[in-house]
Amino acid sequence: MSKPLHKPVSAFRLAVVGGVVLLAGAVLVWRAVDLHVFNRDFLKNQGDARTLRVVPVAAHRGMITDRNGEPLAISTPVDSVWVQPKVFATAHDRWPELARLLKLDPERLQRLVLARQDREFVYLKRHLSPQLAERVMALGLPGVNLQREYRRYYPAGEVTAHVVGFTDIDDRGQEGLELAYDEWLRGTPGSKRVLRDRLGRVVRNVEQIRKPEPGRNLALSLDRRIQYLAYRELKRAVFRHRARSGSLVILDVHSGEVLAMVNQPAFNPNDRGQFRPAQTRNRAVTDVFEPGSTIKPFTIAAALLSGRYRPDSRIDTSPGHYRLGRAVIRDSRDYGRITLTTVIQKSSNVGASKIALSLPDALLYRVHTRFGFGADTGSGFPGEVGGLLNDAGHWRRIEKATLAYGYGMSVTALQLARAYAALADDGRLHPVRFLRVEKPETARQVVPVRIARQIRRMLEAVVAEGGTGTRARIAGYRVAGKTGTVKKAAAGGYSEDRYIAVFAGFAPASRPRLAMVVTVNEPRDGVYYGGQVAAPVFSRVMAGALRLLGVAPDAAPAHPVRLAALGRPDTEATP
Amino acid sequence: MSLLDPPAYTDDNRLGMGRRLLRQMHIDLPLLLSLLILVGLGLFVLYSAADQNPDKVIAQGLRLLLAFGVMLAIAQFDPYTLRFWSPWLYGVGLAMLIAVLVIGDVGKGAQRWLDLGLFRFQPSEIMKLAVPMMVAWTLSESGLPPTRRRLLLATGILLFPTLLVAKQPDLGTALLIASSGLFVLLLAGLRWRVVLGVFLTLSAAAPVVWHYLLHDYQRRRVLTFLNPENDPLGAGYHIIQSTIAIGSGGAYGKGWLNGTQSHLDFLPERSTDFIFAVFSEEFGFLGAMLLLTLYLLVIGRGLYIAAQAQDTYSRLLAGSLTLTFFVYLFVNIGMVSGLLPVVGVPLPLISYGGTSIVTLMAAFGMLMSIQTHRKLIAT
Repeated sequence: MSKPLHKPVSAFRLAVVGGVVLLAGAVLVWRAVDLHVFNRDFLKNQGDARTLRVVPVAAHRGMITDRNGEPLAISTPVDSVWVQPKVFATAHDRWPELARLLKLDPERLQRLVLARQDREFVYLKRHLSPQLAERVMALGLPGVNLQREYRRYYPAGEVTAHVVGFTDIDDRGQEGLELAYDEWLRGTPGSKRVLRDRLGRVVRNVEQIRKPEPGRNLALSLDRRIQYLAYRELKRAVFRHRARSGSLVILDVHSGEVLAMVNQPAFNPNDRGQFRPAQTRNRAVTDVFEPGSTIKPFTIAAALLSGRYRPDSRIDTSPGHYRLGRAVIRDSRDYGRITLTTVIQKSSNVGASKIALSLPDALLYRVHTRFGFGADTGSGFPGEVGGLLNDAGHWRRIEKATLAYGYGMSVTALQLARAYAALADDGRLHPVRFLRVEKPETARQVVPVRIARQIRRMLEAVVAEGGTGTRARIAGYRVAGKTGTVKKAAAGGYSEDRYIAVFAGFAPASRPRLAMVVTVNEPRDGVYYGGQVAAPVFSRVMAGALRLLGVAPDAAPAHPVRLAALGRPDTEATP
Repeated sequence: MSLLDPPAYTDDNRLGMGRRLLRQMHIDLPLLLSLLILVGLGLFVLYSAADQNPDKVIAQGLRLLLAFGVMLAIAQFDPYTLRFWSPWLYGVGLAMLIAVLVIGDVGKGAQRWLDLGLFRFQPSEIMKLAVPMMVAWTLSESGLPPTRRRLLLATGILLFPTLLVAKQPDLGTALLIASSGLFVLLLAGLRWRVVLGVFLTLSAAAPVVWHYLLHDYQRRRVLTFLNPENDPLGAGYHIIQSTIAIGSGGAYGKGWLNGTQSHLDFLPERSTDFIFAVFSEEFGFLGAMLLLTLYLLVIGRGLYIAAQAQDTYSRLLAGSLTLTFFVYLFVNIGMVSGLLPVVGVPLPLISYGGTSIVTLMAAFGMLMSIQTHRKLIAT
C-alpha cells in the first residue's frame, strides 16, 4: 500500500491540480476579455455617465449705457458659494470657520444646511468677490463649491434707477428697461462638459460644448448729465416742499427720445434691501393724475381747429365764476372779456369751460386722443398705463366743462410731456423712445403747424410778465409752458388741501428743443401752486440741460442771471 | 542558522559562483525575481490608487522590506525544523484565536484583532501558515495514502480554526485557511470519490449554511453578486464601479494616473481589495494579462518546487501554500471583476496592507527553504 518515501505525492495528482489552476486562470482571462473587449463600450459609457457632466456657463449680460456711452448698468464676474449638504456635513467642526469668512451667523448656517439635508445643491452665499471666493476655497472644506455668476452694478445708482430698473439675483430683468429688454441684454448661457468626482466636485474642464453668447449692449436715450441735474433738482424741490412724491420727464421734441426721467422717492438699485414698490415704481409712467390747467392748451387747440376762434378772439369770463346746474366753476378773480391767449396766460377755468362747451364733443375728443391722451405712449416701458379719457358722446355738460381745464381725465407725466413735445415740434407727435434714436421716425401731424405755433406763443405769455409761470423763466432763452395746480381727488369730491403742482413746457420757444414736465405731489409747506413749486424746478433743469446740449440762446438776458449750479462737485458725486 | 554557515549537504563543485551564493543564502532566484517584479508593479499602481500620496507608498515599501526579511529568515530554516515546529505554531495560533474570541478588539464590525501592547495583530494570519503545516505534519507521520483515522484527525485540525475565524467573522480568511488544509488533504491522496462526496455534501449543505450560518451582510453580498443592479447605490455599488473601471480601460488602458473611476473616488477600497480594478483601468487588457502571467509564473514555480520536494511534508506544504496563493489570487480577481461575490480578500503582493503581506512572504520563505535545502542526489 505504502509508496517509496521520496515519491510521496503522485505526479498525477499534481498534474490534475496544475490543470485546475490553469483552467481557473483561463476563467480569469476569459472574464478579462469579456470586460475589456466585449463590454468595453458599455462600461466606458457607464464610466463617463458617472464622471462627465454638462453644466451651464453663465453668459455676460449686456451693458446699458446712456446716449453718450456712459455706463448705467454693468455686469462684473462674481462667485456664489454652494454646498452639497451631505458631504458638507462631514466637516461639521469647521463650519464656524466658513461662517466667519462669509459673515454668516453660525446658527443660521446650521439651520440653512440641516434643513436641506436631502438636497444636492444649497446656496450659502451669492455674489462674493473673486478674492473672497478664493479664500473660501482655500479652506478646503468638502462639499463646498463655487459657481461663476455675474452681478449687476448700477454706477448711477438711484439717479437712473427707475428707468434702468434692476435684475434679480439670477441676473434676470425684474423692472424697468432691464425687464423690457431682458431678451436683448441677456445673451445665451453656454455649456461645458466637466469631469466630476464622486462628491460632485468639478475636477477638470473637459471641453466647451457651446460658448456662452454674451448679451448685447443697450444704448439708452437718457443723457446722464441731464439725468443727474434733473434728479438733484427734483429731489431738492420734493424735500423742500415736504412733498409726497414727484416726477420729471424731459423729451427731445424732434425725436421723442426720453433724455431724462426721474422720480421721488427713489431707491438704490445696488441695495436689494431697498426694493419696495413705493420706491421702485417709475411714477412718470405708472402713476396717473388729473392734468388740471396743463390740459388747457389742447382745449384751445380744439377751439382754433374748429375755425370759430382765433388767438385774439375774446371770451367773457365775468364775473369770475360760472354756474352749471349745481356746480360752480371758478377763476381766481374776475378777468372780464379776455382773449384766448389771456385764458391761457391767466389760466382761466371759466374761459376754458365756455370755449369747450361751444365746441362739438367729437372735436374735443379727437384733439385729445390725437395728442395721445387716453392711451399709453407705446414706449413699451413695463407697467406703463394710458390714463383715462371718456369717450365723446356720453359727456354731460359739466363733464365737458371740467374736461376743458383738466379734470375728469387722467394722464401720466410721460404722456403730458409727449403732448407738449408735439406742440413744440409744430404739431408733430413722435413715438416715445427710451433707446437712442439714430434716425427719427416719421411723426404724425396732429394739428396744423400754424395752430401749434399759435399755441406756442400763447404758452410763452404764461411765462411772461402777468402770467402764472414767470418762475419758469431762463436767462437767455425764451420759454413756453403752462402751470397746473391740481386738486387731488378725494372721497366724494376734491380735496381742499392736497394738490399736485405741475409745470409742463418747452424751450427755447423760438426753435424748441426740449419739452419737460415736472410734477410735485402734495407739497406740504404751504406753497402748492404749479407756478411756485414746479416752475422753478423747470427753470433750473431746463437751463442746465440747454447749456449741456449747447443749445444757442434765443433771447437777450432781460433780468439778473440765475444759473443752475452746473458742474459743481456734488453733481458728479451723486451715487 | 546563520547565513554564513555553509550547508553541509551542498555539492559545491556542481554549481557556479553566483548560484552557489544564492544557494548559500537559500534564495530561489526565479521565485525571487517574479516576486520582485510583482511588488514593484504593485508599488506603481499603489502610487496611483493612493492619489499620488508618497507616504502610503513609502509605508508599503517598508512593509515589503520587512516581509522580504521575514521570507529570507524563514528560508534559512530547513524543512525539518519547520516540520518540528508545526504543532507548536498551530497550538499557539489556536490559543490566540480563542483569545481573540474572548478579549479581541473590534475593528470594522468584526472581532479579529489581538492587542499585544506594542502592536495589534490578527492571529488568523498565523493560521494561514499553521494549518497547512499542521495538516501536512499529521499526514506525513505515516505513509501515503493516509488512513481514514488520520484523515479524520486532519479534517478536525483544519476545521476547528476555520470555524473560529469564520465566527469572527472573516469569511475570506476562513476560506483561505480551509482551502490550505484541504489542499494538503487533496495532495496527500484523498480518494477522488471522497473529494466528490465532500463536494456533493457541501452543495447539499449550502441551503443550511445560507439560512443558519451566514451573517446578514454575507447573505447580502451573495445576493448582490448574483444581481448587482438590484442595489446599485448600496451593496451592488462596489461591483458595478469596479467592472466599469476594468472594462473602460480597454485594450491598452487609460494610462498611469489617468483612471477616472479610481481617481474621481467612484471606486471604493481602491488601494486595498479593489486595486486590480485600478490596475486594469490604467493599463488595460494587456496590463491585466501581464499581471496574470507573472502570478502564474510564481504559481508554476511553486508547483515545480512541490514536485521537486524530497519528502512528504515538504511536498504537501509547498503544494498547499502555492495553491492557497492561487486561491487568494482567483478569489480577489474574480471578486473585483464580478465573477465571485465580494469577499474580503486582498490582491496578494499588490494590495496595500500589513499583516497579510508578511504572512505571504513567510510562505514564500518556506517554499525557498524547501527548494534550497534539497540534497542534490541524482534522480
